[in-house]
Amino acid sequence: MDSSRRQILKFFGISTLAMSTKPLLDAFAADPAAEGAESKETFLAGPEALKARQWAMVIDTREFHSLEDVEPLIEACHSIHNVPNLPIRRHEIKWIWETEYKHAFPMKGARFMAEELEHRPFLVLCNHCENPSCCRACPTQATFKRESDGIVLMDFHRCIGCRFCMAACPYGARSFNFRDPRPFIAETNKKFPTRAKGVVEKCNFCAERLAVGRLPACVEASEGKVTFGDLYDPDSPVRERIKTNYTIRRKQSLGTEPSIYYIV
Amino acid sequence: MLELAIRGSKKYYGWMLFLLSIIGVGFFFYLKQLDFGLGITGMSRDVSWGFYIAQFTFLVGVAAGGVMVVLPYYLHDYKVYGRVTILGEFLAIAAVVMCLLFIVIDLGQPMRVFNVPLYPSPNSVLFWDFIVLNGYLFLNLIVGWNVLEAERNNVHYQAWVKPFIYLSIPWAISIHTVTAYLYAGLPGRGFWLTAILAPRFLSSAFASGPALLILLCLIIRKTTNFDPGREAIQTLAKTVAYAICLNVFFFLCEIFTVFYSQIPEHMDHFKYLFTGLHGHGAYVPWMWASLALMLLGIILLVNPITRKNEGVLAVACVVIFAGTWIDKGMGMISGGFVPNPLHEVTEYIPSVPELIISLAVWCVGFLVLSALYKIAVSVKEEVGT
Ligand code: SF4
Ligand code: SF4
Repeated sequence: MDSSRRQILKFFGISTLAMSTKPLLDAFAADPAAEGAESKETFLAGPEALKARQWAMVIDTREFHSLEDVEPLIEACHSIHNVPNLPIRRHEIKWIWETEYKHAFPMKGARFMAEELEHRPFLVLCNHCENPSCCRACPTQATFKRESDGIVLMDFHRCIGCRFCMAACPYGARSFNFRDPRPFIAETNKKFPTRAKGVVEKCNFCAERLAVGRLPACVEASEGKVTFGDLYDPDSPVRERIKTNYTIRRKQSLGTEPSIYYIV
Repeated sequence: MLELAIRGSKKYYGWMLFLLSIIGVGFFFYLKQLDFGLGITGMSRDVSWGFYIAQFTFLVGVAAGGVMVVLPYYLHDYKVYGRVTILGEFLAIAAVVMCLLFIVIDLGQPMRVFNVPLYPSPNSVLFWDFIVLNGYLFLNLIVGWNVLEAERNNVHYQAWVKPFIYLSIPWAISIHTVTAYLYAGLPGRGFWLTAILAPRFLSSAFASGPALLILLCLIIRKTTNFDPGREAIQTLAKTVAYAICLNVFFFLCEIFTVFYSQIPEHMDHFKYLFTGLHGHGAYVPWMWASLALMLLGIILLVNPITRKNEGVLAVACVVIFAGTWIDKGMGMISGGFVPNPLHEVTEYIPSVPELIISLAVWCVGFLVLSALYKIAVSVKEEVGT
């Protein structure tokens, strides 16, 4: 088995080891069998799959002015990925959300910035770091960087819920299922797994869509404001945007090498 | 020797039943946690580790503290500790049992804990922590048991035990070093990202562990016919005195670097803990109390007049144990998560079920400790040392 295929299998928890530990898991995850079966059919990379050495994203924040501009992107992501809407903030789960400049880029703010910039909505999500501290911390490799295209993925069946990855992520990109999320999903997308309580989750760069040749949902919903492509392909749209615009990344100084670039 | 743990006085049974009843209540709440999820605790997306991991961190220290009697006794042949070494080793066992329990109850998917050995991940510090903690438990069981058994039979312990004894000494240092590395290697968490964290952990461990041991010795002397010896207690007290001085010194080193450099990412966590940040300051009184307790402990223990008075010594040990517990068992973990990576303040207050479950784990620890000490003391009484 080549490594990318093995990684995909790993992701969906259908490797032999995962199979053999299944009875054990069933005791705790409410419905893991269904998750596995669904994901197997839908997500294995097909012939039309999009490929890259390292997927990256450029967000043109100049194009986002108000909450109405960002909400469709957040909604597109959260609805197809069965991200629940939990009533208590403590239990909150989010893959992509908006925040102000000073929170997206703490310690990087100028004083007396333009009001517009200060209140502009900045989208933040997992950076699919090239040197991800979350994967380094995970004691089970339940979160891992896929060698084939650099996406940082989660194996919901292997995660033990220790939350070391959450402490290790310097971007607050990860959420934990503090309770069973399923009753709080407005409309379940049957093509994507729901999660059990007790595991960590985060943005997956729409690995399931890339596998069938589609761009990530937020990119599609952004109508051109967010660009997606291969960071190592000099002709890719992201390279074009990075070359022609001044971009910044979150907490560059930490050495994680985030793959989300912001035009401010 | 196990039979010694079951045969006991009415008082002993009463004490064990008392512990068991609290454990029962805690277990009930743990079942609720299993059913609902970790949402019954006060933890959140921003403060994703709380009271459980803090207790774990503190107790790794108590476990490592046992080495403060093992080292002088076995390495320097310091005979005075002949009576307390087994108590130190058994305290370490009880503390490691609590550590392991705290890790498991903190997991979102506890049934999957064996995924850690199933998918060995040497790049994860947690993987190493798993190894060193289990190893330390194993070492102390072997050493403590065999040495005590030999003592009971009036023979010298067997030669093969010796390497395990020597190994257990650096191993004790390793458990708390690795535990500090859980935190000290995380980018973007300014509170923990400091090379002094492991030394700080160790110094507080070498104060809190022996302080508890002194208290236990005093209790044993009161309640049984076994006297660990005044000299042993006094020597231990000196260990506590210097360890707590070092701990405060290391803390001040950290404060200097953080506040002289004025780097906000590092300062804000201390500000949150000691003065409050953006109107949130639940920990402020606790942190000052912790500092005051540690300073009071230094005064009482460094001064020979107060140290030599066993009544005052007992107070000093309680004070130091409480001070280091607040520092590590409360502030160390929450402080690292507030403010969060986006520089927002979400406070963490443990929930009642969380506190009850934690208390129950402490009771499991004391149950194990009581049984082990019962064995040790019975043997000591038997051989009449
Ligand atoms: S943003 Fe956080 S979760 Fe995402 S890859 Fe980087 S370190 Fe990991
Ligand atoms: S919570 Fe899951 S993904 Fe995160 S470090 Fe632990 S096992 Fe790995």
